[in-house]
Amino acid sequence: MSTSTTPLDMEAGEKRGATTVSTDRPSRLRWVGQPMICVGAVAGSLVYVRIADVSEPERRALGTSALLTLVRQHLTISLAATILVCAVAIPLGILLTRGRMRRYTKPIITIAGFGQAAPAIGLIALGAALFGIGTTGAVIALTVYGVLPIVANTVAGLDGVDPKLVEAGRGMGMSGRTTLLRIELPLALAVIVAGVRTALVLIVGTAALATFVGAGGLGTLITTGITLQQDVTLIVGAILVAALALFIDWLARLVELVAAPKGL
Amino acid sequence: MSESTVPASETVEQPGDGTVHGEQIVLDGVTKRYPRQKSPAVDNISMTIPAGEIVMLVGPSGCGKTTTMKMINRLIEPTAGRILIGDEDITRKDPDDLRRHIGYVIQGAGLFPHMSVGDNIALVPRLLGWDKSRIRRRVDELLDLVNLEPSYRGRYPRELSGGQQQRVGVARGLASDPPVLLMDEPFGAVDPITRQRLQDELLRLQEELRKTIVFVTHDFDEAVKVGDRIAILQDGSEIVQYDTPEQILAHPANEFVEGFVGHGAILKQLALVRVRDVDLHDAAVAHVGDDPGQATQRAQAIGREHVIVLDSQDRPQRWMSLRELRTDGVLGRVERDEQLEVVSLASTLNDTLEEMLTSSHGVVVVTGRHNRYQGVIRLDTIMAKMQDLQPAGSVGTTDAP
Repeated sequence: MSTSTTPLDMEAGEKRGATTVSTDRPSRLRWVGQPMICVGAVAGSLVYVRIADVSEPERRALGTSALLTLVRQHLTISLAATILVCAVAIPLGILLTRGRMRRYTKPIITIAGFGQAAPAIGLIALGAALFGIGTTGAVIALTVYGVLPIVANTVAGLDGVDPKLVEAGRGMGMSGRTTLLRIELPLALAVIVAGVRTALVLIVGTAALATFVGAGGLGTLITTGITLQQDVTLIVGAILVAALALFIDWLARLVELVAAPKGL
Repeated sequence: MSESTVPASETVEQPGDGTVHGEQIVLDGVTKRYPRQKSPAVDNISMTIPAGEIVMLVGPSGCGKTTTMKMINRLIEPTAGRILIGDEDITRKDPDDLRRHIGYVIQGAGLFPHMSVGDNIALVPRLLGWDKSRIRRRVDELLDLVNLEPSYRGRYPRELSGGQQQRVGVARGLASDPPVLLMDEPFGAVDPITRQRLQDELLRLQEELRKTIVFVTHDFDEAVKVGDRIAILQDGSEIVQYDTPEQILAHPANEFVEGFVGHGAILKQLALVRVRDVDLHDAAVAHVGDDPGQATQRAQAIGREHVIVLDSQDRPQRWMSLRELRTDGVLGRVERDEQLEVVSLASTLNDTLEEMLTSSHGVVVVTGRHNRYQGVIRLDTIMAKMQDLQPAGSVGTTDAP
């Protein structure tokens, strides 16, 4: 049971542009194959560096410690952006399902959609222009990029909760806040977490562009590879970015599975 | 189970001595008007719901019966009027606190799927800040009260059948031992047989609890069976008639009520008589593990062709003919007949008649608390009772309780 959403949730999700939650059974390919592809790709590229015909400086730039630094930078930017976007988008999504705020749901989701429709490279450049060259600008740009899936899924998840259950909670004397925390959010959790996963994977992939504003990360390998015409660096960089995104996706699905409330 | 747990029979919260634990509810000129709607959803309703009685709100859909009920726990705020529970004007209380002291049971149980049965039941006691051991005791007690094994505590709602879920819903509504219980079409989503059982169980519970229950339904037969009083409502929650089921069946106030009562008033009056109100017969009884020969002799001594086989806790398992009893050791292992027709002491004669018509024995087994065997009821008993019930017009003095 990866994510058990009713077709109704999915419909609501699609209407609002939310990322749909995969309802397929967790296939063996996904749970075993996906991490194995990642490991294989990383190991393969490391071996490739050893046997390929590369210059000494290039080999050094692709050494384990140098690569680890880049991976760390990449993950730091991505995680910072993800945490930030969760802190903004989940409360926003909750707010948009409460009483009077409901009428703003559509416009806000449309605006959040701009963030995603805008070319990522443009957003990152804009982030640098507003917040200066370096990590901060990149993180903020990536945050904007990840808002839509989380807001949309938070709204869809909360809307998918049977209104009768909410009324039952209120009817038993739970306050609005308690109902939200104890009934609505747990029941919407699967859909919300799926949105977070989508945002996370999106951000990890897009963080490859952070190198353009001097924030480092695995994108550095790609740009270096292109500018210095170092094919090996370029290929290794591309493989590592893809493998990292795939691996994060797998890890997030695992978290999703473990975090799912029992009984659903 | 911790050592401090009190056995469920020594109930602390529910004395079960038949004294009234409910409180009177008074609606005084209650009105609900929605903005941008011409006519009010509930128009100036006044009624008194006596303490310890079940009052049914019946009417066509959209007549405002649910709105009326939801104003009692202020899920819907009245536009005008007063609502008193006991002596207290509840329109001035904190709504959350008010609702913690009013039981609320809805259609389809409305259990929270991510919480275990125990957590669902314990919800209101937790909101009220009861200590852990008291909550634990209370959950055990309530599971027992609604005839569910204690092992259900850890299960999740989706593992339960519709009827079981509804029982948990009732247990949850009773958790804080509220004087008032609101039930919104509670048995509307289960199959007819389960519904009938749940109705019987509710009546059995009510004998012990004597809560004030406001019960919304669109099913007039359910209203006749369950209600001490019935309020028949029309658009805008206008009370067309508010009386005991006997009176409504005998003297419908107008054509609208007559339409609701429908045909077969005498048959419906059978719903007012309970199995415990008529004399039961004894059947030939055998227990699992008995000697078939002796069982046969006992049956022949009172001229019976069949014996009812009970388990060690006196719960009926199946009928067995004298021919079946000729096999040695046939009583050693008896499989429960899932199709066995059983009614409880609280069942109505109406339901019993229905069971009887599907039974191949012309008699139906009667059980009491914990499904213990009490006797059997026969078709001729019901026929005799029907002759006692006079046709509509002069039923005021039936010997129903």
